[in-house]
Formats: sequence, C-alpha cells, structure tokens
Amino acid sequence: MNLHEYQAKEFLRREGVPIPSGEVASTPAEAAAIAQKIGRPVVVKAQVLTGGRGKAGGVKLAQTPAEAEAVASKILGMDIRGHLVRKVLVTDAAAIAREIYLGAIVDRSTRSVVLMVSAEGGVEIEEVARTAPEKIMRISIDPYLGFSDYQGREIGFALGLDARQVRVFSQIARALVNTLVTNDASLLEINPLVVTPSGELLGLDAKMVIDDNALYRHSEFEALRDVEAEDPIERRAREEGITYIKLDGTVGCVVNGAGLAMATMDVIKLHGAEPANFLDIGGGARSERVAAALSLILSDAKVKAVLFNIFGGITRCDEVARGIVSALDSLGGAKVPIVVRLAGVNEAEGREILKQANIVAVSSMSEAAQAVVVAASGNAEEGRR
Amino acid sequence: MSILVNDQTRVLVQGITGREGEFHTRQMLQYGTKVVSGVTPGRGGKDVAGVPVFDTVAEAVEKTRPNCSIIFVPAPFAADAIRESVANQISLVITITEGVPVHDMIPLYHYVRDHGVRLIGPNCPGLISPGTAKVGIMPAHIHRPGSVGVVSRSGTLTYEVVAALTARGYGQSSAVGIGGDPIVGTSFVDALELFQNDPQTRAIVLIGEIGGDAEELAAQFIKAHVTKPVVGFIAGRTAPPGRRMGHAGAIISGSSGTASEKMAALRAAGVEVLDSPDRVGEVLASMNVARDE
Repeated sequence: MNLHEYQAKEFLRREGVPIPSGEVASTPAEAAAIAQKIGRPVVVKAQVLTGGRGKAGGVKLAQTPAEAEAVASKILGMDIRGHLVRKVLVTDAAAIAREIYLGAIVDRSTRSVVLMVSAEGGVEIEEVARTAPEKIMRISIDPYLGFSDYQGREIGFALGLDARQVRVFSQIARALVNTLVTNDASLLEINPLVVTPSGELLGLDAKMVIDDNALYRHSEFEALRDVEAEDPIERRAREEGITYIKLDGTVGCVVNGAGLAMATMDVIKLHGAEPANFLDIGGGARSERVAAALSLILSDAKVKAVLFNIFGGITRCDEVARGIVSALDSLGGAKVPIVVRLAGVNEAEGREILKQANIVAVSSMSEAAQAVVVAASGNAEEGRR
Repeated sequence: MSILVNDQTRVLVQGITGREGEFHTRQMLQYGTKVVSGVTPGRGGKDVAGVPVFDTVAEAVEKTRPNCSIIFVPAPFAADAIRESVANQISLVITITEGVPVHDMIPLYHYVRDHGVRLIGPNCPGLISPGTAKVGIMPAHIHRPGSVGVVSRSGTLTYEVVAALTARGYGQSSAVGIGGDPIVGTSFVDALELFQNDPQTRAIVLIGEIGGDAEELAAQFIKAHVTKPVVGFIAGRTAPPGRRMGHAGAIISGSSGTASEKMAALRAAGVEVLDSPDRVGEVLASMNVARDE
C-alpha cells in the first residue's frame, strides 16, 4: 500500500524529522486559508500516488494566499499519469542551498534494512543508480541491533556536512529507520532532504510504501487508504479477497496461483494477444469466489474473451466448474467466448459439470491460450462489423 | 538420493489442528511421509489421524524426535513458530504460511542461519522427494520418482511444470518451492548447490519470476558451479512495473527485477530458457537428457 506525501510526512514529523509546516486542501478556498495561516510563500503540491508530479505541472509556488487559491484551482482536477488530483498539500516554501537523497528500504539481497544516501537529491534514486551508481552510499542496518549513530556520522561527514548538521542528520537517519520498522514499511524516502541557506536540514518530499502483509497489525492504515485513487474493479476484487490487476489487453484470465497467473498472461502474449488482467483466485477458492472473479472480468468492457487456467491442488476443479456455471446462469449467459483449461484434482468431475452447460474444457495450457486468442480476435472482428 | 527430505525424515506439523494443517497431515500420511507429531498450543493430548498432538515443540521433540517441521500456523504467529522450532534444534523448517510481514523475516532469516537451520519458505508449497516423502501441499499424483530436480518461487506454476515433466517421462529427484516472498530462508543458489551435489539429479529446472535478483545470482552460480543441464522459465514478462503480482516478492521496482534481464542472465549462463512452461519436457529431450522410463 502506497501512502501520499502528506501522510508519509506526518509519520516522519512524529518521529522528530524536521518537516516544513503544511496542510492538505481539497478546494482552492481551503488552499488559500492554509496559505494565509502559514503567512509566507507556499508550495502547492498535487497529492497523487505516482511520480513525475513536478514535470506534469502538479507542483507550483505561490507568493500570496490569492495566488495559492489560483494555483490550487488549476492543480485540483488535473490528470497526472492517469491519476486524478483530488487533494493538494499547501506547505511552507523553503529556500534550498543543497539537496540530498535519504532513503531506507528492505533490501532483498542482504536481507536487511539498508540506508541509501546520495548527494544528488531531488532526482529519482533509480535515475542516479543508472547514471552514477558510485554516488549512492548503501549502509546495512544490523538485523538484531538496529541503527547506530556512528553510521549516521559516517554518512554525514562523507556528505560534507558540518559537525552540527551531522548530529541532526544522524537523528534524521535514525528516525527514518525507526519509522520504517515500526510502521512495517518496505520503503521510506526523504527526497529531497534539503540544507537551507541558513544551514538547517528539512525534509521537503517523502514517499512511503507499507508491506501489505503487515496491514493486519496496523488498523490505523485502513483510514489512510485512498479508495478513490483505486481502480473500481481492483477495489471490488480486493473486497472479495481476489488479487486483480487491470491491464490494457482484450483477453481476460482467471487463474489459481500468482506464478501460474503471470505465466498465463505471458503465454497469451506469446500466442499473439494481450492479457486484460492479472487475476489470482487464491488457494482453495469456492465456487462463489470463482463466480465473483468472472463477473469482475466481464465488467471490463475491453475484454473480448476469457481464459480460465486452473491447476487443481488445494483448489478443486469441480468447485471452479460450478462457479463458472453459476456465474453464467446469473449473468444470463456469456457475452464473450470462454475457454476453460482444467488439470489436476477433480479434473474429470469439473469437465462433466462444464459439459452439462455446453462448455468444453481443454487440458493443456498452450492449447487453451491458442484457443482463447483465436476467440478474442474473432470476437473483435465481429464487433467491428 | 534426493535433496533435504527422504525416508529418514520425521515430520512435526505446527498448526496441526487447523483446517489446512489437518488436511495436509492426512495427505502427507497417505503419501507415506513419517508424520510423527503435531503441535497446537492448548490441544496437547489429542490426536489428528492418529498423530499425537502436543502443546509445545519442546514436548513433541522430547517424545517423538522429529528432524523436520512444517508450519501451517496463521501469518501473525508464523515467526514465533519458526523460532520455536529453531530453539528446539529442528534442523529443517518448512513454512507454508503466506502473508508473513517482511520485517518479521529480516531478523529471523539471520537467526535461522546463525543456528545452522535450513528454512524453506515462507509462502511456499514445501517439498517432495517423489516415492519417499512429501512435506508440503503439492498434489502428489502428478509426481514420479526420477532424475530431474525442480526449484521454484511459485506453487501452481511448479505443478504445471512437474506435470509436463511427468507426461514426457521425466520423473523428479526432488521438487522444492522456495516461496514467493521478498525474503525467504532458502535461495535458488542454495537449492542449485544441493541438486548439483545430489547424485540422483541429472538435470535441473529453475522456475523464477519478476522481482529481486535471485535469478541473476542463480545465473552466476550456475556459470561457476553447475555442470548439470539447466532449463529455466521466468514468469511475468507481461507484468507492469510497480505492481505487486500476487506474490509479495513479485514486483518490478523501477526498471529492475524485469523478466527480460533475468532471462538474459540465465541464457548467458548457458541455461535453456522456456517460452512456455508446458514445453519443459520437449526442451529437456532436445538437450539429450535421458528420460526416466
């Protein structure tokens, strides 16, 4: 789960990281009121869960409350990379002498939390990693003992900060690691961390990603979830306990297991069509969940054909077959062709149930992919005629 | 021979009275696996399909001498269950549980290594040495004893590949699912080393997916140390960046962890990379790997 900048900053502020004052507005009038309260020039920043806000015109300086109102009215409602701007952060505009990148991540290679620091702040760290990897310092945090101040000092002095700034920097680094760990985040970035002309350190932007596996122990995050920013079909899927990711193609797919679901998308592509989605019905899915999955997929108007790829193990083929039949009954039949591949536990029973409903099941994955690609292109032809 | 589990394996089931734990205990017994005990705190003294249940791992170890444990407990309690096994000197711990927070796994990963314990998973289907022992949740009937070692980050995709192997006359020495999480106890490199050193294994199938760099590290290891033929498949060529594809670990971050760079790394190490997982048998045959029948 991704958090907005203003939410991530709030977590950091609570741990003692210096963050410029600011509040969130949903209307231009609110933006003006916040600017008035701050009483100095402000920056109005679009709150969307995507990068590249600055380039898209979603971040603007405003000298006066009236200007903040005008700027906010332009940014609110803007579309940034497919994300509608519904909120802006109005925040104290800081003067900048230099920009630093400071991030903490769960590092898969070392199986530890790693601090990443670069003197090239303000640009995406991946960009720095590509163009100048030697400029990134990586410091592993001990899995048992955690962060130690000497690590902050080593980085701080390497960045060329003075002794007073190094002390503050070290506190910020410690706060960053603590915020990451206590909130079960897999990534937390302050970018840029700026040094002002008077020598103060300030976090101007922040990004935070929470480990979905840990949401069960952070009930407070549910209130932070931006449900309006979610794709409506993805939201319905999440509520049904189905993992669904919308893509741009025409072949819908329903699969048990994440790895097999990805492989199914790949094989659809291999046979010349584009997958419309990733969908994993999960292990041991009952017929109701299968039916819900099919109706989710059919609510995407781009879908021209649907492929079920089921390798029964914990999930039983007869349950899946029953789900398909009951979904088709309640929808009054399919508007698009459906190809079903069943293999594994209770395959014969599943085939029999489908046969009664005049659906033929195939047994190999490649055969199924070929058939569904042909069906989808035939259906698209018909649509054009 | 095979890797990690065989007819000497004595299994303890943690979470044996839960729905999954009980079901798979019966399935493992039916396969012939020696399931010697189970643990569910508060259920000591009961039995599941004739397997005695204890309140603590310590008691189960004292009374039944298991050398392997399989964990089905829910995610919030999985880290504690792993520690309990390690603390009681069980040397092989297989964690089926899905959804363990990654910050639980960071200290645990180092803790199990420091204690010389092998952890498989979490979020994995377990492992099977066909004909001798199944310590996992995979459908047994698709497997045959044989000479191909299978290692995978996925569950059902592994079944797909195993079924395709069996259909073409290739049995398996062992098939191990290492799990789909960002931090797992056993890596591809660990499993490759075991298969390379296992005399029964004549060829290896590696099933990877997007996210992380485990496949790239595997490729380096293969180039330097593996003399047996290796076939690979990487799932997620059509996955969009920045989205978690079901598995917690299956995510392309920025431009790293893509299928194409993993496939290129494997090819550069001499691995035959499949375009479709059900073609694994044909490809092994084309590499002149002898069938098991």
